[in-house]
Amino acid sequence: MAATIPRSRGLNHRQKEAIAGYLFISPWIVGFLVFILGPVIASFYFSLTNYAVVQPPTWAGLANYRELVHDDLFWQSMKVTSLYVLFSVPLTLFFSFLVALLMNQRVQFVGFWRTIYYLPNLVPIVAGTMLWLWLLNPDYGLVNGLLARVGIDGPLWLQSTKWALPSLILMSLWGVGGPTLIYLAGLQGIPTDLYEAVALDGGGAWAKFVTVTIPQMSPVIFFNLILGIIAGFQVFAQPLIMTGGGPRYATLFVVLYLYNNAFHNFQMGYASAIAWVLFMVILVLTIITFRFSSYWVYYEGEARQKR
Amino acid sequence: MLLQAEQSPQVRVKPASLRLSRHLKEFWWIYLILIVVGVLLMAPLVWLISSSLKDQGKIFTIPPEWIPTPVRWSNYRTVFEQIPFGRFYWNSAVVTFFATTGNVVSASLVAFGFARLRFPGRDVLFLVLLSTVMIPYHVTLIPTYVLFRELHWLDTFLPLTVPAWIGGSAFNIFLLRQFYLRLSLELDDAARVDGAGPWRIFWDVVLPQSKPALGVVAIFSFLASWNDFFAPFIYLNTTEKFTLPLGLQLFQSTNSTEWNLLMVASVMTAIPCVALYFVAQRYFIQGVVFTGLKG
Repeated sequence: MAATIPRSRGLNHRQKEAIAGYLFISPWIVGFLVFILGPVIASFYFSLTNYAVVQPPTWAGLANYRELVHDDLFWQSMKVTSLYVLFSVPLTLFFSFLVALLMNQRVQFVGFWRTIYYLPNLVPIVAGTMLWLWLLNPDYGLVNGLLARVGIDGPLWLQSTKWALPSLILMSLWGVGGPTLIYLAGLQGIPTDLYEAVALDGGGAWAKFVTVTIPQMSPVIFFNLILGIIAGFQVFAQPLIMTGGGPRYATLFVVLYLYNNAFHNFQMGYASAIAWVLFMVILVLTIITFRFSSYWVYYEGEARQKR
Repeated sequence: MLLQAEQSPQVRVKPASLRLSRHLKEFWWIYLILIVVGVLLMAPLVWLISSSLKDQGKIFTIPPEWIPTPVRWSNYRTVFEQIPFGRFYWNSAVVTFFATTGNVVSASLVAFGFARLRFPGRDVLFLVLLSTVMIPYHVTLIPTYVLFRELHWLDTFLPLTVPAWIGGSAFNIFLLRQFYLRLSLELDDAARVDGAGPWRIFWDVVLPQSKPALGVVAIFSFLASWNDFFAPFIYLNTTEKFTLPLGLQLFQSTNSTEWNLLMVASVMTAIPCVALYFVAQRYFIQGVVFTGLKG
């Protein structure tokens, strides 16, 4: 489609249009070169150097990557981040989809429910993090206070190596209303005649769910799954503010580790290597998810052409 | 019956009260779940507001006190005396204003180029634009930091605002492009017959029709900028230049955490976002849905 310009007539006009086109997109071109392409290349170069900002980088070859392989803290940070993504993303997906399904029944005051569930997403992340820091305080936090009233001796939450990561996962579920909003809109957009067709064939609620709801919603679920994975690997503010990565590295997320290396130890080269490994991990996971998607994601392209 | 919202074919008109009671008989358990989960989600928020109005001495009372006695409205004044909270508010407002304006202006221009004009390489460039969404922020972080350092932009608002003016976010461009593509071409052609160039078509024909989409972009840029923690955390050092999210964090580390005042500050940080939601709910939901539904 691109660059298929018939050279017959109106060339002058087309040239004018092309110039205008480049002018209109020029802010993006500049931004792309300066803030994306340039930095991506530079970052890869830095990852092959020793670089402490004050002095120019010195070539180090693959030394940073080799060091990464033997860096226990790096592996710990990958483990923490992966566990977080592994639990937080599917749990959020499951609960938000469930809530959206419930709201999509002929429930009254959908707007009211939607607002209630969405409100936590409107609290700025730092404010929310502060709030949870307090709620989860083992001695005077609300959560353990309420647990104590029903006779449960609450855990140390963020101060315990065992509970710190689950605390952050739990906290992420507070934002369940965001995806709910998306799924609800998707559910409301499913044409009712599809359900009627299943009903005519004698299908019940479960049949409708499996043969209509899930296939129709699968692109939305898929898209949010990808976004969730990408966002999950980039979590930073919560561990920085709540735990600083502790206790005993139990919440050392990979971006936090990257930040510490870059801005505390001034090992920009090493930090760049971490950034690149992270990049590759996200890329590979996204590609795998895409590949896998053809088995369960249903796109309507062909079905639509038949109508 | 449970899992989708299809209309049952034999709906007959019945007295409202009867319908309601039948409705509740059938769906009571859905309301029950929605209420229980809703209460769980709202409890932290209620606690946030209630604690912001408590006396420092009443903060840790057990059992927890949901309705503060006495109600200390003065907390909302004290917070301005304790930390330069007014300053942080102003800083956040300035940064958010320039970043949001930049995003709207640049995204609307770029999207118009991609949606309405033909030029060699357009579709390839658009694919490149889409693929940038996949690049994590942290890959570009260090070189960008070095660049800003060389430009002597560290500890200024420029790193937080200038990038918005050149391209801004790929998401915004994508969103606006899709919107422009759906606008009818007839008015464009009419204007072209009248001798209008691309700029006139953009300014007089396309932009006036695009207010809802521009609104969505503005809302999302506002939220992203207002709530951003990472970039200010990396680029700002001096306290007078802090934005609200940094100010909140400062609050926790300097004062031996006066939770009631911290909660006041949190409430006041959240208020513009909540207000925006209620004022522009329709655009808001459209925006969330759009970014989540269309890949």
